[in-house]
Amino acid sequence: MHPSAIRKPSLRLIGGATALATSLSLVACGGGGGGPTATGGADATGGNFDGEVKVGILHSRSGTMAISENTVAEAELMAIDEINKAGGVAIDGKKLKIVPIEEDGASDWPTFAEKSKKLIDQDKVAVVFGGWTSASRKAMLPVYESKDAFLYYPIQYEGQECSKNIFYTGATPNQQAEPAVEWLLKNKGKDFFLVGSDYVYPRTANTIMKEQLKAQGGKLVGEDYLPLGNTEVAPIIAKIKQALPNGGVIVNTLNGDSNVAFFKQMKAAGITPANGYAIMSFSIAEEEIAAIGPEYLEGTYAAWNFFQSLDTPASKKFTADFKAKYGDKRVTNDPAEAAYTMVYLWKLGAEKANSVDDNKVREAMVGVSFDAPQGKVTVQPNHHIEKLVLIGEVQKDGMFKILENKGFVKPVAWNQFVPETKGYTCDHTQKRPDAGKFKL
Amino acid sequence: MTALFDTLFNGLAIGSVLMLAALGLAVVFGLMGVINMAHGELMMLGAYTTFVVQNLLKSGPLEVLFPIYILISIPIAFLVSGLVGLLLEKTVIRRLYGRPLETLLATWGVSLILQQFVRSVSTAFFLALLAAVALGLLAPRFTPAAWWRQRWTPLLKAGSWIVALVVGIGLGSLLGEQRALQQPWFSARNIDVTAPEWLRGSIDLGGVTMPTARLFILALTALALVGVNWFLQKSAWGIRIRAVTQNRSMSSCLGIPTETVDALTFFVGSGLAGIAGVAVSLLGSVGPNLGGNYIVLAFMVVVLGGLGKLWGTVVAAFVLGILDYVIGSGSLLLLWPSMPAALNGVISFFATTSMAKVLVFVLIMVFLQFRPAGMFPQKGRMVEA
Amino acid sequence: MPVSATPPAFVRRWWPWILIVAATLILPVILPPFRLNLLGRFLSLGIVALGVDLIWGYTGLLSLGQGIFFALGGYALGMHLSLNSLEPGQLPEFFGLYGVNSLPAFWQPFSSPLFTLVAIWVIPALVAGILGFLVFRNRIKGVYFSILTQAALLVFFNFFNGQQKLINGTNGLKTDTAKVFGELVGSDAMQRNLFWLTVLLVIAAFLLCRWLTSGRFGDALVAIRDDEPRMRFTGYNPTAYKTLVFTVAGALAGISGALYTVQSGIISPQFMAVPFSIEMVIWVAVGGRGTLLGAVLGAVLINYAKSLISEQLPETWLFVQGALFLLVVTALPDGLVGWWRQGGPGQILAMFGWPPRSATYPGLDLDPSMLAEREALEGPSSPDSGTGGGR
Repeated sequence: MHPSAIRKPSLRLIGGATALATSLSLVACGGGGGGPTATGGADATGGNFDGEVKVGILHSRSGTMAISENTVAEAELMAIDEINKAGGVAIDGKKLKIVPIEEDGASDWPTFAEKSKKLIDQDKVAVVFGGWTSASRKAMLPVYESKDAFLYYPIQYEGQECSKNIFYTGATPNQQAEPAVEWLLKNKGKDFFLVGSDYVYPRTANTIMKEQLKAQGGKLVGEDYLPLGNTEVAPIIAKIKQALPNGGVIVNTLNGDSNVAFFKQMKAAGITPANGYAIMSFSIAEEEIAAIGPEYLEGTYAAWNFFQSLDTPASKKFTADFKAKYGDKRVTNDPAEAAYTMVYLWKLGAEKANSVDDNKVREAMVGVSFDAPQGKVTVQPNHHIEKLVLIGEVQKDGMFKILENKGFVKPVAWNQFVPETKGYTCDHTQKRPDAGKFKL
Repeated sequence: MTALFDTLFNGLAIGSVLMLAALGLAVVFGLMGVINMAHGELMMLGAYTTFVVQNLLKSGPLEVLFPIYILISIPIAFLVSGLVGLLLEKTVIRRLYGRPLETLLATWGVSLILQQFVRSVSTAFFLALLAAVALGLLAPRFTPAAWWRQRWTPLLKAGSWIVALVVGIGLGSLLGEQRALQQPWFSARNIDVTAPEWLRGSIDLGGVTMPTARLFILALTALALVGVNWFLQKSAWGIRIRAVTQNRSMSSCLGIPTETVDALTFFVGSGLAGIAGVAVSLLGSVGPNLGGNYIVLAFMVVVLGGLGKLWGTVVAAFVLGILDYVIGSGSLLLLWPSMPAALNGVISFFATTSMAKVLVFVLIMVFLQFRPAGMFPQKGRMVEA
Repeated sequence: MPVSATPPAFVRRWWPWILIVAATLILPVILPPFRLNLLGRFLSLGIVALGVDLIWGYTGLLSLGQGIFFALGGYALGMHLSLNSLEPGQLPEFFGLYGVNSLPAFWQPFSSPLFTLVAIWVIPALVAGILGFLVFRNRIKGVYFSILTQAALLVFFNFFNGQQKLINGTNGLKTDTAKVFGELVGSDAMQRNLFWLTVLLVIAAFLLCRWLTSGRFGDALVAIRDDEPRMRFTGYNPTAYKTLVFTVAGALAGISGALYTVQSGIISPQFMAVPFSIEMVIWVAVGGRGTLLGAVLGAVLINYAKSLISEQLPETWLFVQGALFLLVVTALPDGLVGWWRQGGPGQILAMFGWPPRSATYPGLDLDPSMLAEREALEGPSSPDSGTGGGR
């Protein structure tokens, strides 16, 4: 028998103290975060509604990705709150209150799939807003397709996908990566080094960029991938130095924690804008700059569809509202803007369809327009939206200076640089079984 | 030649981080045989301490000290992590001596709690926790002493903690109404530790770029190593620690307070984790998950070096550092350009960061096949090797 | 537990089984599909927990690498399901993303369902056998064994994560949209069938483990756990026993992984992440190590709790989990089932002056000196000597 078995079981200090900590966190959640506040705000105007409609919010509230996804979830809750305050969703002359049901994806892809099932089957939500990493979207996709439910996904991604059960409000490569590469080729140099996290978005985005470089006269000098969460980047820096001894272009598609290590160590190794390196990031927004420290990022570039510094009334109002709700030190960014926009787009789609039923909303969505913080966006037949393409440079204060505004660009889901998908398109308004991917 | 120096320097740089992370473990695991899975979280506390010190010095009366805040954080981080480690030893680990597998599980639990603690902690949370702990500890004072000698006393104990808990929750949610109090101190986001200006640049020496932060960490590692070595070899308490390690009952007979020695060893080991935390905050992200990135490799270093051998830990850390760098950066291809094509193919297959990790762990496993007790095994005539 | 007249002997002997059978018959009717699916998944985790219990609870080998075998089983099935609903000449969709145009050779055999059914448990068993043989031959044990298995876990994790072109890297493989017998795997009807299959396999695995742990083989395992050198000196070869039991645990993990994959709709390298394998150990610890019923019970209870708590208060789960680790290790070293069998509930009743029913005379039964003497005679109650539970 185990020696331990002989010991008398006893509830002692540790047991008590940890159980204590456990339940105390109830307090923390009760108080912190945006969830309770958001619904609390909605209750203030309660009583005028004729009914409720449940929507799911599925982001990582714990784990590595919580850093980024918290903001997105907060932006969605803010939009819901605003809609409720303005009278909710009007269907059939009835005012429906939106009730968000929050779930935690815990930065774990299978959990995203599990929670999606829960939201659809158990809570019977009308729609789910969620996801950040492409891996989480790819994990959720079969769930929505097999249950014929609907997911709204707010993050810029690699394209090469066009599900009829997903609605994408983030940028496709031709709305972010491709214009950025074009801009780099024109202004910064021809030698490219690609660094990314080791998962589907960086891998696929880099595949596209490699084809684009081939087509537009650039040169790929090297690429490497860091496992998510890895923080030792000395070997990658060595490779960059070997490949680009005298400066060049570095395209960074790292996600999450690795970015911090990457920029801190790049700066220390002298790979900086001052030494002739143009560094373009696709996952660094205002929020990430604050977490890494603007000192490390000053002078690097990013391509997005929205910057907090975008000088329009709609953008300023969005930022002011966000700060008023979540605190003065908070910043807005592109994913938050896309998340905020998609909640409104869904509301407008539902009102146009005069129903919250998945399939009716899906058909009504195409052509719906909304005055988003970045400008007026319209839903396209391929379930993506038109987006404003901006290229910015990080300033000392952690904000972006907009270097180039390429105007609104239509989304292309199937990439035209990659030979496997060249010539394919997606149009969900067409009644054909392969509407998601067919040759023109 | 430059390439060789470059490789050596970068390998040493990676190794020194491993070394610092493993040093505290080498003390705790090597000398006491305690597997502390929360070691990584103690490092995280060190990094968070750096963040707090940085923010305190950023403005205000002590602003002149800001350029050297990193130096100031070192002793403070040592103390903070050391004290948390001490608390851990007094409450949990003490009960589990001689049961390494149970210790492993318990400290893993502690690591989860610490991670969530830094995410959730706010003033309201903290006050409520304090109140609840105080209530739980003081419960015997408020109630008739006779109650605490009954058969049902264990239930009463559990019950009093539950009451304390409920009171804590109530108090917490009451305090949480106040917006200022419910603001989390750190939240789940990564926090920004910005190295002082003098640690952000690099020095060029014979064509090799040496980042000053890396040099700083190398120096810090050397210093910590010398310090620990002196402490264990020369100081009175160090000699007692070694005596207890070698023969606990004999030491006890000779009047060495073994319980104090255990606590002290754990305090020092945990404090070293705090120092490692300061160092890694210069290189990478500081967030609740920081510890997980280092803990497994740090254990590998200690096991590879051989238990109880500081020297072994040093060699193992630097060997692993150099291996990791050489494989991951593919610099073997540079050092030896005319290598056969087949070998070249194998090397470039592993010359990505992910695959370098695979190879390093495979090499560790292969090595342990031949030398199960590490590079410098402890000699003895025990049945249990 | 002492004699009391009312329930017939049959009920007293088999009540846990009666409960379980009743529950598995009733639950599919009353539970909504989502909850049923969760239950099915957690039950399939019970199988890997049984394996952990075999090697840890009975043999004393704390493996932190069971995730390897779990994921290998899942991947075997995932690969088959990615292939089986394709047109001839078509490739699984993700290959296109990375520019792979022909199916890698090691995928080929998985298009055969028969091969896959065998591979699900044989591949993990083989890997476990080889790894175990090498490790045990060198007499690596205790903490070193734990750390070595963790290193192995990281090897597999990083490999699967880094190889997009071979097995789709971090994304993993999906199973929900595949078709088996013309039915979508993700459909409710299919998932209900999978639930039944899981229940059957859990029972089979349980019986297998019980057969292994009773009799001489089981005694040998316990002997290894309690004093390996002595066992070796008496002429037994612990290496063979350990390798065999580790192999069996690997096969169980593979089956469990396959069942879990097909019910959760995805297999990804996340299943080989370090925390998941440690969680498996804690399921067994909470349920009661060295008690097979405890392993299954722990897996189901903890995962259900996790799922419920993370729905309500996601931030709390880590606190609860951490507290569980601490509580079980310090206060309940034999887990729930162990506590029950050692008369835990009776002790609580006794605290209120409610004397436990006694076999002889209360005065005699509760006399501390008698208790001590009995303990010395019988040895502290071993897992088998309890009277309640699934025996």
